Amino acid sequence: MSDTGYLVAFIAVAAIATFATRVIPFLFFERHTEHPLIKHLGRYLPAAVMALLATVFLQRSGDWSGAAPGLDAILAGALVVIVHLWRRNALLSIAAGTATYMAIRQTGILDSGLTG
Amino acid sequence: MNPLVFRLTLPILFGYLPLGMAFGVLFTTQLDYAWWAAPLMGVVIYAGAGQILAVSLLTVGAGLLEVFIAMFVLNARHLFYGLSLLGQFRGAGWRKLYLIFGLTDETYSLLTSRPRSPNTNHELDVDFRITAFNQVYWVIGCTLGALLGRNVVFDSTGIEFALVALFIVLTIEQLKALGDAFPVWAGAAAAGISMILLPPAHQLIGAIAIVTGVLLLQYRKLRAKPGAETSHHV
Repeated sequence: MSDTGYLVAFIAVAAIATFATRVIPFLFFERHTEHPLIKHLGRYLPAAVMALLATVFLQRSGDWSGAAPGLDAILAGALVVIVHLWRRNALLSIAAGTATYMAIRQTGILDSGLTG
Repeated sequence: MNPLVFRLTLPILFGYLPLGMAFGVLFTTQLDYAWWAAPLMGVVIYAGAGQILAVSLLTVGAGLLEVFIAMFVLNARHLFYGLSLLGQFRGAGWRKLYLIFGLTDETYSLLTSRPRSPNTNHELDVDFRITAFNQVYWVIGCTLGALLGRNVVFDSTGIEFALVALFIVLTIEQLKALGDAFPVWAGAAAAGISMILLPPAHQLIGAIAIVTGVLLLQYRKLRAKPGAETSHHV
């Protein structure tokens, strides 16, 4: 197979596999939309998924090898929670947390502050 | 309607542009294929982690069956997202296929967290635009990254934290809308268990499987005690 042929086939297969994970529930459970179990999941699953995405990605954005393991992510994450509970303005909370995280990361302030 | 959609999706713009660029840079610096294949992948595959995995699979010239299995397993968490949107996407008509195609973590988060009016058709229109805006941000990121390659000058280190912050904000919003902290604690605990027991590549699907199991147990318990639901969840 030529290089381009392989690339096109590769992209097609990757696209089909990804779409499959998204469409399968709609193919097999569409008729059960009104089932109480599906309604239960529809009501509670989003909150649970949001909490687990926040937890996993917060852990991954932390630097766990530095002088203050994970503090970069924990500080920025805590700031998001505080600002959001205070003003309840999503963009403000996200901007405050992201700016803080970028400042910590780019200046290396947590490492230098504790070691030097 | 578009200014509202732009405001809702702005955090995703901050997350998808740098992440899409990271993918684009990786694609052009690791591979010898034409640059436009990177945005093409953003258009037809549209999966962040999936596309980054795709670069490493392309580097080794992986077999197509292997590609299918790897991409399916990596994105398997999306299987659970659809389950909670079956009702919401009902009546979406021609928009439905695209709404399903565009169901990334971030789009799912926005679609399930925002307040909805009783006007279903209008809300589905907003859902459709949110999905499309997000994908446009992603494709622009992939394009810029692939074109600029190593010449990216702006120090955007850490900007991808916008997506983490978005998930935190949406967790708080879900908590307030639901008035019940149980699913939030269950989700966080499932993530903790999964991160201790599983390697990074399987942590998300592991956590989603655990928390779905917990919600099924909760459902059985509530069914066994009729009438308990109202007192327990208000």
